[in-house]
Amino acid sequence: MLAVRGLHAHYGQAHILADVELEVGEGEVVALLGRNGAGKSTTLKTVSGLLPASAGEVHFLDRRIERLPPHRIARLGLGYVPEDRRIFTDLTVMENLEVGRQPGRAGAPSWDEAKLFALFPNLAAMRDRPGGRMSGGEQQMLTIARTLMGNPRCLLLDEPSEGLAPLIVEQMAAAISTLKREGLSVLLCEQNLHFARSVADRAYIIESGRMRFSGTMAALAADPALREQYLSV
Amino acid sequence: MTWSSILIQLLNGLAGAASLFLVSAGLSLIFGVTRIVNFAHGSLYMLGLYGAYTLIETFGRTPLGFWSGVALAALLVGLAGALIEVAILRRIYRAPELFQLLATFAVVLVIKDIALFAWGPEDLVGPRAPGLRTPVEIFDKRIPLYDLVLIGIGPLVLGILWLLLTRTRWGTLVRAATQDREMVAALGVDQARLFTSVFFAGSVLAGLGGALQIPREPANLELDLSVIADAFVVTVVGGLGSIPGAFLAAIMIGVAKAFCIGIGTVQWFGVEIAFSKLTLVVEFLIMGLVLIIRPYGLLGRPPAQQRHSGEPAPPLVPPGWKVAAVWLVPLLLLPAAGDRYLVVLATDIACFALFAASLHLIMGPAGMVSFGHAAYFGIGAYAAGLLFKRAGLPMEAALALAPLAAGFAALIYGWFCVRLSGVYLAMLTLAFAQISWSIAFQWDSFTGGSNGIVGVWPAAWLASKTAYFYLALAVAAGGIALLWRVLFSPFGATLRAGRDSPLRLEAIGVELRRYQWAAFVLVGALAGAAGALFAFSKGSLSPSVISIALSTDALIMVLLGGVDTLTGPLAGAALFTWLRDEVARRTEFWRAVMGLVILAIVLIFPQGLVGGVKALVARWRRARA
Repeated sequence: MLAVRGLHAHYGQAHILADVELEVGEGEVVALLGRNGAGKSTTLKTVSGLLPASAGEVHFLDRRIERLPPHRIARLGLGYVPEDRRIFTDLTVMENLEVGRQPGRAGAPSWDEAKLFALFPNLAAMRDRPGGRMSGGEQQMLTIARTLMGNPRCLLLDEPSEGLAPLIVEQMAAAISTLKREGLSVLLCEQNLHFARSVADRAYIIESGRMRFSGTMAALAADPALREQYLSV
Repeated sequence: MTWSSILIQLLNGLAGAASLFLVSAGLSLIFGVTRIVNFAHGSLYMLGLYGAYTLIETFGRTPLGFWSGVALAALLVGLAGALIEVAILRRIYRAPELFQLLATFAVVLVIKDIALFAWGPEDLVGPRAPGLRTPVEIFDKRIPLYDLVLIGIGPLVLGILWLLLTRTRWGTLVRAATQDREMVAALGVDQARLFTSVFFAGSVLAGLGGALQIPREPANLELDLSVIADAFVVTVVGGLGSIPGAFLAAIMIGVAKAFCIGIGTVQWFGVEIAFSKLTLVVEFLIMGLVLIIRPYGLLGRPPAQQRHSGEPAPPLVPPGWKVAAVWLVPLLLLPAAGDRYLVVLATDIACFALFAASLHLIMGPAGMVSFGHAAYFGIGAYAAGLLFKRAGLPMEAALALAPLAAGFAALIYGWFCVRLSGVYLAMLTLAFAQISWSIAFQWDSFTGGSNGIVGVWPAAWLASKTAYFYLALAVAAGGIALLWRVLFSPFGATLRAGRDSPLRLEAIGVELRRYQWAAFVLVGALAGAAGALFAFSKGSLSPSVISIALSTDALIMVLLGGVDTLTGPLAGAALFTWLRDEVARRTEFWRAVMGLVILAIVLIFPQGLVGGVKALVARWRRARA
């Protein structure tokens, strides 16, 4: 479904991503783990076209997409959910969802408001509330729902558990499992290993912009040294 | 004043407010989504007015001919706006914001000459609105029926805009993009199409605003800049991006202007006050007051922290003696060439180079863009002229004192300006420049009004063009050296830090405003020196030395050369002055030629001339290595 080959990215002079390789298969949930500043968010931004790749290839559904503008990538069915949520604070919940609306596509689960409110019941009660007057957890749900309105085949999820209360994190994990059951592929950036373990099949570890580990969740769980080296703070 | 005449003035003001609201709403809409301050918005208004004139003449002066002419003119102007977006602005969205501003300046120049070519230099008086000519009697005063229709059109358009923005998908996307256009793109919305549609809608509003004025105002070539100044004021007073705010502000300003005309000249405690002369100033006074009380306008909010994709400004490189010598030696030898014209041109360039360098310090390293830098140039020129002619000081003394006068003006204007930032600051500087211009223009008995001051000649020992050139060169080089010295002092470093991260600077205990204020005074004084130098070189001066046109000339010089380099503004001043001289001698349509040259440069070198050349050299070196 999604394959990244030898990807490099720069912020000005700073070399942020070096030779990143990763793959997400059909219907798979893959976690991209690493500490703050390791290059997780940059990877997602580069894949979604918000940051230009300085070298390398991104393949999505057998198409090269690394030179496409963000809206073309989104329309191919690769949905991006930013880490800082980026809710349109002046717009209501319904209007935020409207911005994300795209026509349905073959091979992807299709979404509408009713289905999304079933997935995130908290949102249903606040259809007409401006995005700026929602809690962090509610905003996180809205930002995922907004991207789902585009009926993506693959979701790039940037730290959905960050800064949320434990109860909300559990709800979030349940929601991601539902998405997986619907047949959506997910690339998930996380620092929260526990959260990642509850939803992901495989994991990558990134550190200083380079891939350090690739394997199953079970293999990662069985290797405390690895966790100590790249994940513990 | 009686109650009935107050009512009439009120209605008059409300009728005038309609067009003001339309054009400002369009400007606000475009700025909100694209972050472009569209200087060409007044030009689109002007096109609407001219277009309506021609179309109504073609369709016939019937009600149907009139209204279809107005509607078609608005639509055509909308298409022109969309064309500007597609052909020019779309190519430079990734360039620094100021460069987009430069492109819109160029469009202003081109449109002015298109209008000159198509409609000629004479004012065109349009028809009265057919079917609405009969005046209505209100309390035994008469008011044209058309004015009452205009009063209704304002709220009507406000209502339609509100419905469009809140009840349609397009409106939802526009509001979302106003907050975070990158996120909108990431959700699959084609930004380019959204921007074009917004440019179209905003331009239709400008065109409609112009077309509706045809029975009230003759079409003329000065409208572009005067309308953009008005629209800036309305937008800023109402709050950038707030359309109801623009509506309120347009009414406030329209009514205030109408009352100034209506009151006329009155005696207060034996002092004669000519309110009708205040019309040019009153809107700027309102703007100054509103911004002091509510820095983001009546209904505006502090601008959201913009995610700008542009790279941070590169660090400045201090100039070396070698570079300076390469420039100075040929200049010193220039009079030896024996070409009198060249010496005069070089004197002009010296004045404008100092002017541009002073603007560069404030808008580049200090990060405070001034749309009204001609204020200080002009005040310097007027101070020199007045001290010389009215106070009878010797020329040398007048030249030496003029910068103090300009610096003093900058001290007062700057106190207000440093309280704001970004576009609000820029527009406030424009307001102050316009106030200064109005005073120079209208105070006939002191400043000579529109005639200006003549007979401002240099002292005998500087009478020859060559001697005066050396004086200009010395003053300009000294001023520029001072500016550069300041830039690399701790003071200059503080200014640059304040541009990049004002909050962090405040957090380490620096009161940034004081530094910015001081910078205002310094550049004001040096711009004043340039203005005084210019006045004595020409032997006369007129209000054009404080005009918006001269302010935009200075912006063009700085941006053309490149705001991220030290020598850029000097190169820009030289190129602009020389080019204008060359082109103006050959064709009446020199503005269009200048505009097209600027557009070509903008599209080829999005970092300015010097920046572009540096990038080319760097690429060439890398290719060799």
